[in-house]
This record gives sequence, structure tokens and C-alpha cells, in this order.
Amino acid sequence: MSAAPAASDRLLADFAARKPAALARVISIVENRGAGSARLLAALHGATGHARRIGITGPPGAGKSTLVAQLVRAYRSRGLTAGVVAVDPTSAFTGGALLGDRIRMEAVALDPGVYIRSLATRGALGGLSAATREIADVLDAYGFDRVLVETVGVGQSELEVARTADSCVVVLVPESGDAIQTLKAGLMEIADVLVVNKADRPGADRLRAELKVMLQVRSGPRRGQTASSRGAGTDLSGEPADPPEGGGAEGAHGSSWVPPVLTAVAADGTGIPELLGALDSHHDYLVATGGLAEQRQARLRARVAEVVDLELRARLWGDAATTAWLEGRLAAMDSGETTPFDVARELLKRSGRLLAGEGDDAPR
Amino acid sequence: MTASRPIRVLVAKPGLDGHDRGAKVVAAALRDAGMEVVYTGLHQTPEMIATAAIQEDVDVVGLSILSGAHMTLFPRVLQLLHEQGRDDVLVTGGGIIPQEDMNTLHRQGVGKLFGPGTSTSDLVRYIQDWFAQRERQEA
Ligand SMILES: Nc1nc2c(ncn2[C@@H]2O[C@H](COP(=O)(O)OP(=O)(O)OP(=O)(O)O)[C@@H](O)[C@H]2O)c(=O)[nH]1
Ligand SMILES: [Mg+2]
Repeated sequence: MSAAPAASDRLLADFAARKPAALARVISIVENRGAGSARLLAALHGATGHARRIGITGPPGAGKSTLVAQLVRAYRSRGLTAGVVAVDPTSAFTGGALLGDRIRMEAVALDPGVYIRSLATRGALGGLSAATREIADVLDAYGFDRVLVETVGVGQSELEVARTADSCVVVLVPESGDAIQTLKAGLMEIADVLVVNKADRPGADRLRAELKVMLQVRSGPRRGQTASSRGAGTDLSGEPADPPEGGGAEGAHGSSWVPPVLTAVAADGTGIPELLGALDSHHDYLVATGGLAEQRQARLRARVAEVVDLELRARLWGDAATTAWLEGRLAAMDSGETTPFDVARELLKRSGRLLAGEGDDAPR
Repeated sequence: MTASRPIRVLVAKPGLDGHDRGAKVVAAALRDAGMEVVYTGLHQTPEMIATAAIQEDVDVVGLSILSGAHMTLFPRVLQLLHEQGRDDVLVTGGGIIPQEDMNTLHRQGVGKLFGPGTSTSDLVRYIQDWFAQRERQEA
């Protein structure tokens, strides 16, 4: 699934004409990092920046997909469109994956204002969050008002995915109470809103109360969900993690955001209006504190760093003269005449023009 | 011969008849063969199947049909896919389908169909071979 320039122009035209098959194909090319993917993303970049990105994570079977479907339904009734990305794990043994999240989203599946895409993690640590962020960019560029990303909150890479959203919803169930000590390390760090789902079962109110106590303990000057504490994958800046002062957006307590803890029954829609309200409040908070702009800038910074990393590597190691030069230095390193560190410095020094993209001096 | 990426397959169970055990077995077998399987569950209409196939950008659609409605369901899914410009999707599947119906459907553009009692490994190999051949043509 590569795209030669002519084919990718046709694809972009179909994308602009809002053909779902073109949207789906662009996402595949981006997911596969196929030829032309950078060109497509560059072409779409100007159209991004409108969608609100919402991550939904939590333990397996917590009701994430059911909740996503309810959120989508609620957004649609407000006249907003929604793109959904649902990520499931790839089997480490076979490389295959069973992607079953669509089953729970049937009620909204035929709505032309809704697009649902299932993705497998493909064992790509870190790479998954980069790919998911790019796919969210594609959905944003297509014009969706909301982009929802569902991931199972088990591994580090899934948590990274949730971090790429503007607002992150962590879904728990009454039975999660016992596991709360382990959960709080990862899931609680990233939660902007907590939902105790399956509140039709006993124990929901108790878990809700426990979570509130835990969050109050945590909410000191240390707490504060701003972009600088979330980042977007790559922390280049070392910006202070303290929240900006004076963010008094609705729902915010003082200057830092304390995640509200809600209960819901995703199966019948109970609690969905409150969840929508909490997400709106968090968005208002991000706008008021400058956190949203910071998050967007963090994403842009991370994007540039990713592209530069890839490009530098490709230029350097794709250059036959460079690899031949390195081969020629192996014996000197082997005999102790020089060290890998000196050779690395030499190599960078002699590659200035190559890395700047000014071509090589030696004729091929 | 390794594919450049995992094969993506949609497995669906159209029609009103009861259980989806067969479709689940097929979905698990395809996953175990390294494919990414989007499973959509029971009672899928052709519109739901085609919409999901388009959105998921799958290479293959596998339908499990026991209701006897294969002569309308397969062509309808194929038609809906074509209308959206996806005439490159392999539509295959299985169920209780007489040989002459299989032949008729094949002439209409449906892929190989597998009768009851076929081993899932036959379906796996069929899909893998089809995909490998298409990749060779594209290269
Ligand atoms: N009792 C009850 N069951 C629910 C509720 N919400 C979802 N479920 C059920 O919980 C099961 C799992 O729901 P999903 O929405 O698939 O959960 P998930 O978190 O997306 O699951 P994975 O993606 O597999 O991790 C399904 O059988 C749902 O019907 C709820 O509010 N109450
Ligand atoms: Mg799910």
C-alpha cells in the first residue's frame, strides 16, 4: 500500500471529496509507514487543529467501547461528527490480532458522521503512540469534530497512546477496587476524568469515594495536568511541571485540575451527559490555562523531532560513501589505534553537508 | 516470503440465524495465522458489512452464511463495495452452499467458498496465497 506521487494526488483529491474509502486508505498508509506517508501527512497538516482529541483507557472489559459508542451518540445528537480509533493488542507469538471493539459500536456504525477504525498494536513500542497521533491528525484533517481513541490500559505503550489526547478518560469498574494500588501508578497519572462504569453493580459508590480520597491526597502543587507534565512523547524542553496560575475554568479546583470521579452505566447511557460535561469543563480549563496550546505545541515539537530523527538516520546510513568510510575505520578501532567515540565524532564532522541535505561531494 | 504488513480481514455473520460459533472459530484461526481480524459479530446486514470493510480498509471479507441467503448476501456486499470504489476486496466465506451456487457466485466475482467441515487451514492458505499473488502484481 504505497502511494506514488500521482496515486497519492488522486488519493488526496478523494480525501478532500470526503470519500470514506480514501480516508481509510490514507490511514493504512500512515499506519504502515508506507512510501508516501510523510508526503500525505505534510499535505494534510494545514487542515488539522480543529478536532478535540479524547483518549479512553482502562482495564480489559471495563466497558470502554460501550462508553465510546454512547459518547459518539451524544456528540452526534449535538450535531458533532466523530472519528474513533480502537486499539487492541497484537499477539506477540503470531503477529495476528482479533479486533472486536466494533461489536459494541454497532448502534452508530452506519451513521455517515461517524468513522470507526480498529488498529492492532503491532508490537510497536513508542511507535504505536506516534502512529496513533498521526492517525488522529488524519481524522482531524478529514474534519471530524471529535476524535476518540480507545486503548486497553495495561502496558506502557497503551498509556503513551492515551497521553497523546487532549483529555484522557480512565474507565474503571466496581471490581477494580482491589487492584487500585497497582492501577494508581499508571492509570491515575494520566486521568483527566475518572469513570466508574457498570455502576449497576454493587460497589461503584464505594470505589468512587476511594478514588476521590486518593485524588485529594495527590492534589497538591504536585498535581496539575498541563501539557508540560503530559508531553507528547518526547520531552525536549524540561519545562516546569507546575500548572499555570489562575486557571479558574468551570470544574477546576483552584489553579490545578482535579479529575472529577463520575459513575456511569454505559450499557444504558446513565451518566453520559455528566461525562460530556466533565470533558467540556476540562477543555475549558485547558483553554483558560493555556494548556491546550501547550499540548498542541508539544505535539508539534515531538513531530519535528520524530521526522528529524528518521530523516537524519536515512540520510546518513543510506549513504554508500559513509558506510564505506566506516568500514575503512574498523581495523583502526580493532587495533586500538582509535576508539568508536572518536570515529563517531569524525563521522559526524565529515557528514555536515550530507546531513544538511546538500548531497555528497564524491561522485557516485 | 513474508508479507510487507499483516493481512486485514473482516469476519462477519450476516443473517438472522442464531449463533456465531463458526465465525468465531474462523476469526481465531485467521488471527493465529498472523492476520488482523476485525470481528463484527452477529446479524450483520450487507450495508453494515460493506461500511465496516471500507472503514477498516480490509483486504478480505469473510462471511459465514448458514441461512441459505447466500445468493443475495454475497452479491449485495460485493456491489456495495464496488460502489465505493473497492473492487479489489476478496469476498470469501463459507456455509451450506450447493456447488452450483458456488460456481454462479464465483462468476459474479465472489472468491472461493468453503463448505461445512472444511478445515480452517484451507481458508488460511487460500487467503495467504491470494494476498501474496496480489502483492506480486503490485510490485
Ligand atoms: N453491567 C454492565 N455491563 C456493561 C456496562 N457497560 C458495558 N458492559 C458490558 O461489559 C462487557 C465489555 O464491554 P466493552 O465495551 O466491550 O468493554 P471494553 O472495555 O471495550 O473491552 P475491551 O476492549 O475488550 O478491553 C460487555 O459485555 C458489555 O455489554 C455497564 O454499564 N453495566
Ligand atoms: Mg473495547
